Amino acid sequence: MSLIKDKNEMKHLIAKRVAKELKGSLTVNLGIGIPTLVPEYLESDDIQLHTENGLLGVTDVAEEDIDPNLVNAGKLPVGESIGASYFNSSDSFAMIRGGHVDVAILGALQVDQTGIIANWAVPGKNIMGVGGAMDLLVGAKKVIVTMSHTSKDGSSKILKKCTYPITSTRSVDMIITELAVFKVVDKQLQLVELMPGSTLKEVEEKTEANFTYVEE
Amino acid sequence: MSKFKEDIQDALSCIQSGQTILVGGFGLVGAPLTLIDGLIQKDVKDLTIVSNNLGESGKGLGALLNQNKIKKGIGSYFTSNRDVGDKYQKGEIELELLPQGTLSESIRAGGAGLGGYYTTTGVGTDLAIGKEEREIDGVKYIFEKSIFADVALIRAYKADRLGNLVYYKTARNFNPIMATAAKNVIVEVDEVVEPGELNPEEVITPQIFVNTIVEAKQILTKEGVVSK
Repeated sequence: MSLIKDKNEMKHLIAKRVAKELKGSLTVNLGIGIPTLVPEYLESDDIQLHTENGLLGVTDVAEEDIDPNLVNAGKLPVGESIGASYFNSSDSFAMIRGGHVDVAILGALQVDQTGIIANWAVPGKNIMGVGGAMDLLVGAKKVIVTMSHTSKDGSSKILKKCTYPITSTRSVDMIITELAVFKVVDKQLQLVELMPGSTLKEVEEKTEANFTYVEE
Repeated sequence: MSKFKEDIQDALSCIQSGQTILVGGFGLVGAPLTLIDGLIQKDVKDLTIVSNNLGESGKGLGALLNQNKIKKGIGSYFTSNRDVGDKYQKGEIELELLPQGTLSESIRAGGAGLGGYYTTTGVGTDLAIGKEEREIDGVKYIFEKSIFADVALIRAYKADRLGNLVYYKTARNFNPIMATAAKNVIVEVDEVVEPGELNPEEVITPQIFVNTIVEAKQILTKEGVVSK
C-alpha cells in the first residue's frame, strides 16, 4: 500500500514529481490546488511562471511583502520576478490560446482512458467555474494533470468515460497521481511509473480505465 | 475638460434598470469597490452583470447579488461565491458561463467594433451547445458573439483629469479591455493627477475610452475591504 500519511503529504509528493517534468527553458501556467505547490520543487532556474490573471514571472512572496493586489489565479498572494510583466486578461489569453505557453499543469475531477478530462462542472452542484481551463487545453503545448487517484469514497477518478461534462476534446499528455504516472500516447493510457510505495496491483485495483504498463 | 466627479451617485447617474454593466476585477482584486457600493445604494434592478466572478459571498458584487438586483450574470468562474449557485438552483438568477479567454476576447472584440469571432476554445464541450461551428484550414472553431455594454465600471491606479489611465499589478486584469467596450465608462482610481503628469509612453488606457473618473473610497487591503 501507499506510504502516504495525509492529504498534504500526498499533494507535495505529486507536486515534486511534476517538477521533474519541467526541464530547461519553459513558460508554465499553474492551475489552482496541487499545481501551486510545484514551484517549491523546481530545479531549473529558467522557468517563467504565467498566471492568467495577468502576470508573467510569478514568484513566491514573504509574509511581510504580501500585496493584496498581487495574486495568482487561485487569488493567493504571490510575488513578481526580476523581468516580470503585467498585462490585461485579453493579452493573457492570447498567450494561452495562441500557443505561447509551453506547459499547463491542471487539476481534474475525472480523466478518461483517452486522456480527456472533466474539471469545470458537477451536474446538480454549485460548481460552475470554467476559468481558464478550456483555453489552456486548446492552447498549451503540453498539459499535465495532477490529482488524487481516487475520490473521497474510494472510487476511481481515472475512468473509461467521464461522467461529468468534459473540458475539451483534446487529450492531456500526462497524469500524475499519488500512485502512478501515466502518459497519454495515441489516445491511450500508458502507466510509465509507480509512485513511491505504490504497486501495480494497487494501481490496477484503483483504476477503472484500461491502460498498458510500459516500464521506462 | 476634467472628467472627475466628486459625488459617486452623480457619476452613476447614467445607470438605469435593465442595463448591461461590465464590472472589472478578478474576484475583489481590481474590482471597482466604490462604484459597486454606489450601485448598492442606487435604486436599480434587472441588471445584467458581466464580470469574471460575482464577487465573494456578501462582498463586492456578492452584496449586489444579495439585493436581488442582478437578473443575469455573465462570467467565467461563479464557484468562488456559493450564493450564486444557491440563487441559480432556486431559479432566481440567469447565468451564462464562458471560458475566461472567451469572456475577455468577447469584450475586446466588442470594444474594437467587431460582431464576434471564431475560437477553438470550448469546441465539443457543453459550452459550445447552440453555437455555430466552422472548420477553418482543417481546424474546428465555434463562433462567439462580442460583448458591448451600456456601462463599464472599472478600477485603475491613477488617472489624469482627461481620463488617461495606468494600472497596478494584477489589479489590471479585465479593466483595460472593459474600458473599450461600453457606451459609458466610469473609473475609480487611487489618485487623480494633472494632464502631463503621466508618461504618455506608459498610459495603458488612452483617455478616449473614459467618460467619468471618481476617487476610490473602498480599498482592498490585507485585512479585507476598508473605507478610506
